[in-house]
Amino acid sequence: MSTPAVLARQVHKNFGPNHVLRGIDLEVAPGQVQVIVGPSGSGKSTFLRCINHLERIDAGRLYVDGELVGYREVHGKLHELRPQEVARQRVRTGMVFQHFNLFSHMTVTQNIIEAPRHVRGLSKSDAVTLAHDLLAQVGLADKADAYPAELSGGQQQRVAIARALAMEPKLMLFDEPTSALDPELVGDVLAVMRSLAEGGMTMVVVTHEMGFARDVGDALVVMADGRVVEQGPPREVLANPSTERAAKFLARVN
Amino acid sequence: MTAPATQPAEEVEAIRAVPVRHPGRTVAGVVLLLLIVWVAITVAGNEQFDFGAIPEYLFDPVVLSGVRLTIVLTVVSMVLGLVVGVIAAIGRLSENPVLRWVAGAYIWLFRGTPVLVQLVFWFNIGIVFPTVGISVPFTDISLVSVESNSVVTPVNAAILGLGLNSGAYIAEIVRGGITSVGRGQVEAAAALGLDPRRTMRRIVLPQAIPVAVPPLGNEFVSMLKYSALASVIAVQELLGSVETIYSVNLRTLELLVVASIWYLALTTLFSGLQSLLERRLSRGRTGIVTVRSSRFSLSRLWRWSA
Repeated sequence: MSTPAVLARQVHKNFGPNHVLRGIDLEVAPGQVQVIVGPSGSGKSTFLRCINHLERIDAGRLYVDGELVGYREVHGKLHELRPQEVARQRVRTGMVFQHFNLFSHMTVTQNIIEAPRHVRGLSKSDAVTLAHDLLAQVGLADKADAYPAELSGGQQQRVAIARALAMEPKLMLFDEPTSALDPELVGDVLAVMRSLAEGGMTMVVVTHEMGFARDVGDALVVMADGRVVEQGPPREVLANPSTERAAKFLARVN
Repeated sequence: MTAPATQPAEEVEAIRAVPVRHPGRTVAGVVLLLLIVWVAITVAGNEQFDFGAIPEYLFDPVVLSGVRLTIVLTVVSMVLGLVVGVIAAIGRLSENPVLRWVAGAYIWLFRGTPVLVQLVFWFNIGIVFPTVGISVPFTDISLVSVESNSVVTPVNAAILGLGLNSGAYIAEIVRGGITSVGRGQVEAAAALGLDPRRTMRRIVLPQAIPVAVPPLGNEFVSMLKYSALASVIAVQELLGSVETIYSVNLRTLELLVVASIWYLALTTLFSGLQSLLERRLSRGRTGIVTVRSSRFSLSRLWRWSA
């Protein structure tokens, strides 16, 4: 069997006295779309942020593509990675945030080419060509020279997806990508994510969009109180949740 | 074809109402004007005040050299303050507790004591440290050593005092600018694989600078006026230069008016430049950027803020 894209073994995370993640075990196969749902405060966003080391885990092991995230293990002892090494690890993982986080002082094109030019070392013309291709892919070819403030939320989020894709990641993380959007703008973003999934991208998506989970997800994970309470094929989990905690949550959102 | 109006257009009579009278306003205005006229007549009629001295000394070579020194003092002190301030701001935001503490102590000390005290302190530093130089710490080995009085001239003491003092304020301004850039921007940069140094240079600072410019401009205008304190330690800047003149001819007020005219001219000039700069920067921040050409370095500077 091939190396899992993401492998979590008993991952724990504390924020001071708050025990936010209480032993997460999870596996995402390459090419799989894994959707994580759960009530707010369940730790799903925190877990997602741990995958690219925006949060440091306090116990357990977390691997991306077979490589330990944020640490190096020498003779059974963990050593923290240097900032440059962490940066290098993050290159293969793209992330899309709830609030887009586009660089507000840069145009759309500048947002997209910043990392490819300075991290991947692409020439400016190659990076710009790549940016225009990606913008066409997310349906925003005409916005190349706009500033983020001139775009709607849905457009900004699609630019953010294009920006992440410009690093040619093997794994894409989505942290509630549609939660900050007006309802009529959600569809465009979900459509881009759906076509990305159809193209074979490995994705971990934290969302409240049950329709997306059902139609696009290969696996659905329900989290509550820092634990995975249920996981399986989305239709099965949604139709017949086997645990009471998952059933209670799904009954409320469906 | 336009559809006919349902009702024929009718001439509507414009309202010609009697406006509310404000007798209080009229009275206050008249009283104030009379007061101003009275003050003007009193001043103009005062034979002790020599109006002719103002144009006579406005472009006096001594006064002009004072103006020059005031500008030099302000600009050099401001540059020193900016360098020290940026370093202190980064120290305050550092993860190294010693750096954080030292930067905090510097800001506490220099913001908490009067500038005048600091100026006089640096001016007299030669009393306790007769020589300054470079030596190996914790030993008596001296590599370079010069007499304090030859290095700490009044002008240098003034630059040191004004610069270190304003550095403490600038540190807080710069820190405010940096912390105003949302955490999301830094996280987005991190998620793209940018390292912390590049993130600071390419993502954080270009957004922090537009935030810091208005208070930095105020700091500059303040510095212009605070530089007058240097006259206390025998620096012949603008105030010092008019003092030397009026200590001889005793036209104290006339010469203080001369100095004030110059201070007003300088602060007005710099305030104008500041609001010009701010307008350009704020225009960028709302996203309505008119200067988009990347050919000119100046326009690139403006685009930072977009």
